[in-house]
Amino acid sequence: MKVKETAIPGNHNLMPDDRTGKSALSRVDGRLKVTGKAKYSAEYNVKDLVYGVMVGSSVTKGTIKSIDTKKAENAPGVLSVLTYLNAPKIPGYQADNPSPKGPLKIFYNNQVYFNGQPIALVVADTFERALFASTLVTATYDTEAHQTNLLTNLDKGVSTRREDKDFVKGQANAWQSAPVKVDAEYIIPTEVHNPMELHAIIARWDAGDKVSVYTKTQGVKSSQRSIAQAFKLPPDNVQVTAPFVGGAFGSALRTWPHEIAAVLASKVVGKPVKLVLSRADMFTSVGYRPFTWQKVSLGAGADGKLTGITHEATGQSSVYEDFTEGVVNISQLMYACPNINTRYRLVSLNVNTPTPMRGPGEATGAFALESAMDELSYALNIDPIELRMRNYAETDPSNNKPYSSKFLAEAYKIGAEKIGWTERSQKPGTILQNGWHIGYGMAAGMFGAHRSSSTVTAKMQADGTLVLQTAVTDIGPGTGTAMASVATGVMDIPADKIKIVLGDSSLPPSPTQGGSQIAATVGSAVHDACTELKEKFKSMAGNTDPADYIKILKQQGLDHLEVTTTSKSGPEQGKYSMYSWSVHFMRVLVHPATGVVKIDKAISVADAGQILSPKTARSQMIGGTIMGIGMALMEEAVIDHRYGRLVNNNFADYHVPVQADIPQVEAYFVNKADNILNPIGAKGMGEIATIGVAAAVANAVYNATGKRVRELPITPDKLL
Amino acid sequence: MKPFQYTKAVTQQSAIEAIAKPGVKIIAGGTNLVDLMKRGVTAPDKLVDINNLPLKSISLDKAGQLHIGALALNSTVSESPLVLEQQPLLAMALKAGASPQLRNMATVGGNMMQRTRCAYFYDTTMPCNKRQPGSGCGALEGYNRMHAIFGTSNKCIAVHPSDMCVALAALGAEVTVSSRKGSRVIPFTDFHRLPGDHPEKDNTLADGELITGVVISNNKFAKNSYYLKIRDRQSYAFALVSVAAALEINNGTIKEARLAMGGVAHKPWRLYDAEKALAGKPANEESFNQAAQIAMQGAKGYQFNSFKLKLAPAAITEALKHAAGIA
Ligand SMILES: Cc1cc2nc3c(=O)[nH]c(=O)nc-3n(C[C@H](O)[C@H](O)[C@H](O)COP(=O)(O)OP(=O)(O)OC[C@H]3O[C@@H](n4cnc5c(N)ncnc54)[C@H](O)[C@@H]3O)c2cc1C
Repeated sequence: MKVKETAIPGNHNLMPDDRTGKSALSRVDGRLKVTGKAKYSAEYNVKDLVYGVMVGSSVTKGTIKSIDTKKAENAPGVLSVLTYLNAPKIPGYQADNPSPKGPLKIFYNNQVYFNGQPIALVVADTFERALFASTLVTATYDTEAHQTNLLTNLDKGVSTRREDKDFVKGQANAWQSAPVKVDAEYIIPTEVHNPMELHAIIARWDAGDKVSVYTKTQGVKSSQRSIAQAFKLPPDNVQVTAPFVGGAFGSALRTWPHEIAAVLASKVVGKPVKLVLSRADMFTSVGYRPFTWQKVSLGAGADGKLTGITHEATGQSSVYEDFTEGVVNISQLMYACPNINTRYRLVSLNVNTPTPMRGPGEATGAFALESAMDELSYALNIDPIELRMRNYAETDPSNNKPYSSKFLAEAYKIGAEKIGWTERSQKPGTILQNGWHIGYGMAAGMFGAHRSSSTVTAKMQADGTLVLQTAVTDIGPGTGTAMASVATGVMDIPADKIKIVLGDSSLPPSPTQGGSQIAATVGSAVHDACTELKEKFKSMAGNTDPADYIKILKQQGLDHLEVTTTSKSGPEQGKYSMYSWSVHFMRVLVHPATGVVKIDKAISVADAGQILSPKTARSQMIGGTIMGIGMALMEEAVIDHRYGRLVNNNFADYHVPVQADIPQVEAYFVNKADNILNPIGAKGMGEIATIGVAAAVANAVYNATGKRVRELPITPDKLL
Repeated sequence: MKPFQYTKAVTQQSAIEAIAKPGVKIIAGGTNLVDLMKRGVTAPDKLVDINNLPLKSISLDKAGQLHIGALALNSTVSESPLVLEQQPLLAMALKAGASPQLRNMATVGGNMMQRTRCAYFYDTTMPCNKRQPGSGCGALEGYNRMHAIFGTSNKCIAVHPSDMCVALAALGAEVTVSSRKGSRVIPFTDFHRLPGDHPEKDNTLADGELITGVVISNNKFAKNSYYLKIRDRQSYAFALVSVAAALEINNGTIKEARLAMGGVAHKPWRLYDAEKALAGKPANEESFNQAAQIAMQGAKGYQFNSFKLKLAPAAITEALKHAAGIA
């Protein structure tokens, strides 16, 4: 069957790719993925594989009094049951970390810090037998009173890092004396990344001091380092393979205790061990976006000019490890304002450690700041876009540095036009159509445009195939496609002549896929490597067309020509402030009697510099918008604080958006190169796709109904 | 999961013989039972697979009664032309439930017998009188956002999660069951029960009884019926509240009304008083609002579900407006 190409709203101005002039690349690994040929970490057929299943603590705080593993050990097929009582000591746990706080040490002692903490790992010859035996492990505990509720512990917030010390520019709390003020509290619940692919690892010891793992990770090099550190091995003795990752959104940014447990178990049983987390495990083993309380206070003159911004936030972490994120940073940077002060505090609770989730602290902070800006716009009776333009920062308000590029005003214009902003009523609750209130809302987002170091090998083979190699992972944004796209532009060869090799720790180093830095970092390295390779060909070409790579190689009697180039940021870093920007527009329908909210139309516009791969960029943007809609309308991990235990740790009860929740989402790009940040002009867009979305939805709901929801998610009960 | 035996019944008689013994459970689509077994909530010694029994048909008899076999799939029923023509309310309710994948496996009998989704029932480390009589109710003072506002007891405030059953209760269906002792008919509204002192019992099906089908008698509701489900997402979520509304309207006057709610009680909740109040009234918003107020008598909210006291009457009015074609 031939599928008819239909016009895709949103990125039409980028089809064909206006950078290369060729038609935009489709995802280079798309065919592998939809035909099931892409292998994920749990899918490797390793000889003699055995299976591990974890047992979690059923209490929230205390000590293990006893663990009975006898029944499990005697169950059919069971090879070993590891607990703190019998597990070999993990060398890296002992030595160099005198700090009392740090990553959870698995099977280390009898302490229980949170509900669901792994207390045993059962290894058996089949998954089913391991799972069955895991239900036979029983434990008794000496329990202690636990704390899992941030809201009843806000007074225990402390400042844990130098970076999080109170920020004051101008005068603190200047909003208090402004003629027009907003002063409101905002709450976001715990959200769990829940990528479709469960976290999984296969660990195999190849020799006494050599281990190979297939694991779900956003960074093969960082996993290599962590495992090497834990087992005191030279990093080169740890092979990490992850060519495909089925989404992660931050949950695979670090090496988790279950991965260490699998490597340990493999050593103990002398066989490769596969450990796949269950969906319930995903809620307590691989981080989450933490429950966060915020207060934003804004002061402005009648002209709409901000005179004071105060943003306070308190987040949560585990008792064994501090996790902080830039929740309040956005308020230091977003708007031109003479007086800004922020404060961030952290409360330790009997929960597992959070980890960055797409748009990490900024998505949380933007919900509060951009909701408050919307509240201010109504207090002033000024259009929300106009209010933002009156406070538009032309230079970085926190340090007065120029921006390497900022086209947010252009993004506002595009978004306003595409959503039909002129149809909006400044007075809330006034448009009723077919029994539904209609509301329009918008909110902006920003995230640091980072670039770090990447090394890429570009190798032209005798048959004209260009092989690009680097140890980056592609967790779904289309990294491989963007790499191919950059290379086709430089080398002037079709994409089907390019082979992308990644997700392997033995390749030249690249950073972890995270923090929206990969397109700018690895893309630049691909650009530099290909440019260098092309120069080499030129120098050898003689009378031959320098782009006739096959012929030149033949003339030179070479079976390939390759370069390895390291590419990284330079002195521009200190001189400029570098950010990606986004704005999200929502049109929502709210049913007046039942409080049901439907997103009718969503428009997201990004200033992410030069777009390298229009199709995958569009998908990335739409995915981020949908994630933001989930945050706005439904995602919430609920703990029953009496037990400290989650009550909705499954996909029936923890809601992520389904097709029916998602309307037409359109993504647009300003698509102007940032020529300061890097040679390809690209800025990151993974985070800004989500940052601001939740506020845009809440603002649209207010516009529709006159009801301001300051506590996510916006479920029907909150609008009755 | 506890090891168990599995057999496939080939005749109704052999199925009935098999389930006469204790510790034996029927498996139909398995979409609920298997989950409960995996979680350790239910641990049968033996499963009898009844999917080969000839209980899949959907037919209309001479009296206009619609017969639906216990093994008819939720998806088949929801798309059956007979059902769509005769009892569209049932099709609407089914389509509002679960997901297409689940509906393709789920059976009518299994749907009736599905157990509550209360988190405390599912988590074997928590107290639950329904799962383990005498252990207490975790939901009473716990996270009870999804829980009942009608007919609760201090032992249990769980709700029956089915959408299909709300429509069947409204339509006044009957359940046909068979056992070694013979066959009997149970009015649908008597099939599920309130928790009282025995929340472990969801319904009045006796041990050893097999559901063979449901029967819906002829009615004049097809033109004016509607199933409204309010949920946290647009599809694939259980009801916060749902309403099955069926009206017979003559020249703008309601001759007969049927109303039942889901997500509010331990059983599909028939609103008899509201139905009575609607009879003879004009089919307009005012009548519907009055009925909705009457329907709420005796409702009681808990810490996290008090919003249902407002949502339920709003949903009743809304469903009635849709049924009457004035939404
Ligand atoms: C994620 C999820 C979401 C869902 N969402 C919804 C929803 O929104 N609305 C909704 O209504 N439902 C929903 N469901 C529930 C679904 O409708 C039920 O799981 C399904 O109807 C059960 O039917 P089954 O045939 O699979 O039953 P099984 O799982 O096979 O059996 C369930 C029970 O019924 C008994 N049983 C089966 N057949 C008979 C019979 N003929 N006689 C006597 N006993 C019998 C079994 O012994 C067992 O105890 C959802 C389920 C899941 C997993």
